Amino acid sequence: MSTFDNPFDPDRNLRPGCACGQHRSAEEHEQAAGLGCEPVESEEKRYESVVASAVMRAMFPQDVARRAFLKSVGASTALAALSQFFPLKTATEVFAQAGAPEKKDLKVGFIPITCATPIIMAAPLGFYAKHGLNVEVVKTAGWAVIRDKTINKEYDAAHMLAPMPIAISLGLGANAIPFAVPAIENINGQGIVLATKHKDKRDPKDWKGLKFAIPFDYSMHNYLLRYYLAEAGLDPDTDVQLRSVPPPEMVANLRADNIDGFLAPDNICQRAIYDGVGFMHLLSKEIWDGHPCCSFAASREFITTAPNSFAALTRAIVDATAYASKAENRKQIAEAIAPANYINAPVTVLEQVLTGTYADGLGGVKTDAKRVDFDPFPWQSFAVWMLTQMKRWGQIKGDVDYKAVAEQVYLATDTKKLMTEMGLTPPSSAYKSFAVMGKTFDPAKPEDYLASFKIRKAS
Amino acid sequence: MMTTSSLRLRAGLVSIALLAAFLGIWHLATRSTAPVATMSPEYAKLMGLTATQGKSAMPGPLDVGAKLWQHLKRPFYDNGPNDKGLGIQLAYSIARVGTGYLLAVLVAIPLGFLIGMSPLLSKALDPFIQVLKPISPLAWMPLALYTIKDSSISAIFVIFICSIWPMLLNTVFGVASVRKEWVNVARTLEVGTVRRAFTVILPAAAPTILTGMRISIGIAWLVIVAAEMLVGGTGVGYFVWNEWNNLSITNVIIAILLIGIVGMLLDQILARFTRMVTFPE
Repeated sequence: MSTFDNPFDPDRNLRPGCACGQHRSAEEHEQAAGLGCEPVESEEKRYESVVASAVMRAMFPQDVARRAFLKSVGASTALAALSQFFPLKTATEVFAQAGAPEKKDLKVGFIPITCATPIIMAAPLGFYAKHGLNVEVVKTAGWAVIRDKTINKEYDAAHMLAPMPIAISLGLGANAIPFAVPAIENINGQGIVLATKHKDKRDPKDWKGLKFAIPFDYSMHNYLLRYYLAEAGLDPDTDVQLRSVPPPEMVANLRADNIDGFLAPDNICQRAIYDGVGFMHLLSKEIWDGHPCCSFAASREFITTAPNSFAALTRAIVDATAYASKAENRKQIAEAIAPANYINAPVTVLEQVLTGTYADGLGGVKTDAKRVDFDPFPWQSFAVWMLTQMKRWGQIKGDVDYKAVAEQVYLATDTKKLMTEMGLTPPSSAYKSFAVMGKTFDPAKPEDYLASFKIRKAS
Repeated sequence: MMTTSSLRLRAGLVSIALLAAFLGIWHLATRSTAPVATMSPEYAKLMGLTATQGKSAMPGPLDVGAKLWQHLKRPFYDNGPNDKGLGIQLAYSIARVGTGYLLAVLVAIPLGFLIGMSPLLSKALDPFIQVLKPISPLAWMPLALYTIKDSSISAIFVIFICSIWPMLLNTVFGVASVRKEWVNVARTLEVGTVRRAFTVILPAAAPTILTGMRISIGIAWLVIVAAEMLVGGTGVGYFVWNEWNNLSITNVIIAILLIGIVGMLLDQILARFTRMVTFPE
């Protein structure tokens, strides 16, 4: 479901479904359109339309009456009529300024992988500046370091793996410090790469005894790989070896034959293919289409001491995510984030990741426009799923209040409010059901879901 | 005189021959020889040179030389917080090493002096120093980050804590092993304790102390690369890590070369100081 559709569209369907109204759901619409719903042309225009639609709604509180009016005179005439007696321009400016940020010079940490695309590109493409912030994006050596630096307040906010803020808030692998996620960075965009010598071992059932690398223990990579292996009947704790390895070292280790494969961010996968040491076995999208991967996280303390800075930062990230979600911008983004100051990787590699036309390492060229996608909405059901997996693999012992933790860490309500203010249409609920490898997950029944797995760590 | 200069000449010639042989073997070993699989041009466009032309994953000396020239041409560029010229990175590293090392000198030498003058203390503290001395900088790092809560100060702290021990031990040893006769003569002449420390013990212990300082600067320079790889941001260690991220072995080799040269220069400076204070007995 794309969150970036036009709010000032008289034909917009008011019932749940997709924006153009011709499909039963947003997913179907996206499949038909190929690239998602048509977003607005420019951000300024979008703000203008937010204000305009607010005025419009105030004048015609009833949807049906407003619609009749719009239908009869047309949207542009209505807008012109409105602006005659309401200073739309001034109102838009006032709106765009929002509250002045308490702190303008901010530091945001990132790990050089394509998951961080919105955080990184917001600097060279000016999204932070547009929201009145002077943000320095700082490259960081690893997940543990980014966690410590954010906890130590060297960074005001940071790029983290989606499960990390949950783990930090629960005090797993660190002191418990309340963290929050206002936006998901990317969805999909990971992959399982195997060494070229395993090109005939495509069935995971044959993977007993292999060594795999994952970026971090509290990562979607870990949970997805374990899930995938367990579905094939392998116990990830006893039948294979899983090692936490920093992403750049994965390619070198694969070349040196220290590992047989890895589940890693796409630019690392593509780099292994680019250097001719491995092939793409599976995109993470094929395990769970639309899974979250990385998040944009900040401590509760920062949010309460500098709420306006935090709101501006979130707006910039949501804006950047909206921009990154459009296929036509992807080439430009690849060029913007490739230099040594940002990801530091060959442009060809990043382009293959972001445009979705890529070499698979076995001599074929594949295309999947949704190989990586960007959608900021922090679904609380994502957090609940991660908690079930943390429990499944023994990272959490004892009982856990899924809903409370998810709602404390994943700020769906705040993000919803911000997105509405920005003229985007957030989903109405913060929980959605989804399927992982064909198995439906019901966020209301996490314990049942957990109990349904045969392979899990004995607790 | 004649023999030493000809020995030096011959040693120089051997050094150059060794270097040439090394570069030659390196060049031959990294020529592209790997077989190339046939692939469609569309596919080849998406692949790197290693895969398409069988280029060795290891760069040859010519690649490294060309890249080094590029770096030397503009050592001080600044493309934002995560990409600065090698000159700037080296300056950051040297500044960090300098700060941590000077702090260590300020602590180690007076402390070593006091310990060395008291046989009781030097025996009592010895086990602690021996335990703390062999700890790797990377082992200190998480502790420092956690307690100091600032990565750049942590890096300096790690240099401080790693370079302090050789200096401390050498100062203690140097002070403790000043010849008893000299101290006794000073005592007979009724030289005060402070004056005795500065005019008799310090000059006598200076060569040993400076040897300790020389060992320490080497350790500090070893530590900085590891520390910067971990905390990131700036410095030559960060440069190595950043280029490693991009699997750019060429740049890593260049960094290795520069780290070696700077380390040698630091060592030579201390060696010169040591020669200045050495005295014939």
